[in-house]
Amino acid sequence: MKKRLIGAIIAAAISGASQAAEYVIDTKGAHAFINFKTSHLGVSWLTGRFNTFDGRFFYDGKSYENAKIEVNIDTSSIDSNHAERDKHLRSDDFLNVAKHPTAKFVSSKIVEKGDGKLEVQGVFTLYGTTKDIVIDAQKIGEGKDPWGGYRAGFSGTTEIRLADFGMKEVLGPTTVMLDLHVEGIRK
Amino acid sequence: MKNTTHTYGWVAIALHWVSAVVVIGLFACGWWMVDLNYYSDWYKTAPFLHKSTGVLLFGLILFRLMWKVTNVSPSKIGNALEKRVASIAHAILYLLLLLICITGYLISTADGRGIEVFSWFTLPSFGAWFDKQADIAGLVHQYAAYALMGLVLLHVIAALKHHFINKDNTLKRMLSNRS
Repeated sequence: MKKRLIGAIIAAAISGASQAAEYVIDTKGAHAFINFKTSHLGVSWLTGRFNTFDGRFFYDGKSYENAKIEVNIDTSSIDSNHAERDKHLRSDDFLNVAKHPTAKFVSSKIVEKGDGKLEVQGVFTLYGTTKDIVIDAQKIGEGKDPWGGYRAGFSGTTEIRLADFGMKEVLGPTTVMLDLHVEGIRK
Repeated sequence: MKNTTHTYGWVAIALHWVSAVVVIGLFACGWWMVDLNYYSDWYKTAPFLHKSTGVLLFGLILFRLMWKVTNVSPSKIGNALEKRVASIAHAILYLLLLLICITGYLISTADGRGIEVFSWFTLPSFGAWFDKQADIAGLVHQYAAYALMGLVLLHVIAALKHHFINKDNTLKRMLSNRS
């Protein structure tokens, strides 16, 4: 109920402010990905992803003044292609998904940095802790799809430190790179 | 070698004591290894030994059950109620052992990987049977192990009670097959 109310307020604020079209992130057709990578022993990268999430963005096709994005992640859907490791990542050594089942990003401001580069400022809630983060993003493309819809896609990366969100860092100081690839279908 | 109506044969005796040592060892190993630091020397070795031993224990339990049903069992000692309780407790011991073995298998094989047994052979995976398999099987594995240890304690107390208070044969016949 509370979530819906917040959603309605955000939607009202945005629709009141602009004519930016709403795009639903195409998780149904799996044309969106939230990947992560972190160092393994300093010798290599361990990569994985979150399989379950949803989100939407608002974009008018021209400027980013009224653009906005929000993404909700089901933390228990973490998948690093190893059941025992994923079990550990879901445990209270890491994400503690029983206590913190969702993570969420909501942008507050999107700044064009020239050269097609975007700086997506916003708040990220992970492990029950909300912090300001910046995602370095870019538009990949937009246009009509072959099935009567209209799509736009963006990708972005950001780096977070587990301790900044109150996580334990059982492996020692740990930063994680998050890679987002989102394709939205215009409503 | 075989049981009689009064004694256990040495096969049953050996199966019992090997199981006892292995089960308690596996519990201790499991208890200790889940809190190991990632950079510990044992971080990979301890689970490897735990799983390898567990797989072999499962084979031993199956053989033990087969041996049990194809052999006579020495008659139980005690009054009717004690015999009834003992039968139920023994059945639960076996069920918990099987449950712990199966859930252990389900944790490690949830992603299609098999279980390497002492670099000797790999027990194949049958994939995921249900959603959140590793997590659910992990919880059942953990609590079934605690329950088993509780029951083992009861089992030991009962054996000692028979030996020291009732002064009967219950413990002695599990130590030697001379009648």
